Amino acid sequence: MTSAGNRFTVLQRFLHWLMAICILAMLFIGVGMNSTVAPKYVPLLVSHKTLGVTILVLALIRLAVRLRYGAPPLPADLPQQMRLGAHLSHIALYVLMIALPLLGLTMQWTGAYPIVLYGDIWLPTLLPQSDAMHTLLWDAHHYLAFAFFAVILLHVAAALFHALVRRDGVFESMAPVPTQDEAAPAE
Amino acid sequence: MPEPSPSPTRSTFGSLVLIAVVIGGGATAFAYTAGWLSPTRLTPTRIVDSLAPPGGPSLGHRRNHAKGICFTGIFESNGNGAELSSAQVFARGEYPALGRFNLATADANASDSTVRVRGLGLQLSMPDGEVWRSAISTPEGFYELQLAALSKDPNAMKAFVARHPEFDPFAEWAKTAPWTASYAEETYNSLNSFIFVSGSGAEHAVRWSLLPQAQLVPITQEDLAKLGPNYLEQEIAERVAKAPQRWTMVVTVADPGDPTADPSIAWPPGRRAVEVGALVVQRIEGERDGPCRDINFDPTILPNGVHVSDDPFPAARSAAYAVSYDLRTSEVKYYPYHSEAAGGGEQ
Repeated sequence: MTSAGNRFTVLQRFLHWLMAICILAMLFIGVGMNSTVAPKYVPLLVSHKTLGVTILVLALIRLAVRLRYGAPPLPADLPQQMRLGAHLSHIALYVLMIALPLLGLTMQWTGAYPIVLYGDIWLPTLLPQSDAMHTLLWDAHHYLAFAFFAVILLHVAAALFHALVRRDGVFESMAPVPTQDEAAPAE
Repeated sequence: MPEPSPSPTRSTFGSLVLIAVVIGGGATAFAYTAGWLSPTRLTPTRIVDSLAPPGGPSLGHRRNHAKGICFTGIFESNGNGAELSSAQVFARGEYPALGRFNLATADANASDSTVRVRGLGLQLSMPDGEVWRSAISTPEGFYELQLAALSKDPNAMKAFVARHPEFDPFAEWAKTAPWTASYAEETYNSLNSFIFVSGSGAEHAVRWSLLPQAQLVPITQEDLAKLGPNYLEQEIAERVAKAPQRWTMVVTVADPGDPTADPSIAWPPGRRAVEVGALVVQRIEGERDGPCRDINFDPTILPNGVHVSDDPFPAARSAAYAVSYDLRTSEVKYYPYHSEAAGGGEQ
């Protein structure tokens, strides 16, 4: 099965929903851990780093899958602005889900921090300490994370708009399970 | 194919409301998690802000333990610790050590005799790339954090002490323990409890101390003041230049039931104590260009074989130290990197 039909491939849908869970958890952990001094700070930080590396790997796989299988066409009657918005927001989502973990890794390295993942896995350090780079990368990681959450809210709003208002099959193309319409095709 | 008009309108409106609720709910949950809806939440940023002296923080410096000097040396492990923890550093051998003698003050220019608590930041490096960082000190009574947790109300501290008699040991120590005129004569304690995990998986709650091999020579606070505002840094540099300075590392093992969650409560005497090796300080370097400047001595950076206990303070310190590090690295233009040119002369 390819995306030539009206739905993304099973692999694409699986990656989408798995990453949706990971990324939302990641963003909440990120803002949560930075607002607490409670003991949970330590496990949250380990989870954040572990999820970040996981998301980076999944995002690269997902990008390759997307390039290989493409995406179902948008409805022909979709207005031009919405079409443009869809394309730009999807590019933004791909860029951010790859860039944010990379910024996280590099801001830790340039802060002379070891990166230790769940299971006591120590990653090698690939960059030297640098005050200026640490500050730049930290700022980028911080502000782009909020931008990421904003784009995700936009993405969810658009998906629901397709599902509930336009009912044009765009939501169903990424829905985790076939909807009634598809299970029993009309006509 | 015309549809009955009121129904889709209502349904579209309902859908838009539903979308607004989902998005608004998501944004609110995010804002709550970030602490934006909880102005009184004790965040790492608030702790760090509360450490600032009345004149403002020492920009470009650590927000606490701001005054210090770097050292390098080795940790000589005698192998006795291997029974308690599988951390590589406890296998018999020598491991590179890097650290920082410091004063527990937010003022990078504080006079030595005005600061009661002295600390030692330490990083031990292991051949497989792991590091162990710690920030240990003379009795500190975890009091920076307690102070921060309290309001700016000057009476809050007294009220706190009255409610928490365990706070008294620090006050008692501060009053009665001798001052010294050397970082080399101080005992530094982990204060916090950690868990050592042996190769077989057995866990032990421990605290540890670095006991000086140098002779302690008491001095009064007044006499220390007479030696000058930066005497400690001169003294340690001269002393180490003459001969490496050594501390014995002693690990104290808790008995079951000993309180590990409260660093202010000492364990009863007679607990098992294991000498695991010695820290040998071989070289002193000024902080400005020294190897300790760029290190955050975050006490939760632990090698495999050591992890945090139910003591909540390492986590709180880790969170606050990270904020301090991010601040000072972003303020590098204020850091007196080549300061001597500007004025004051060496010291």
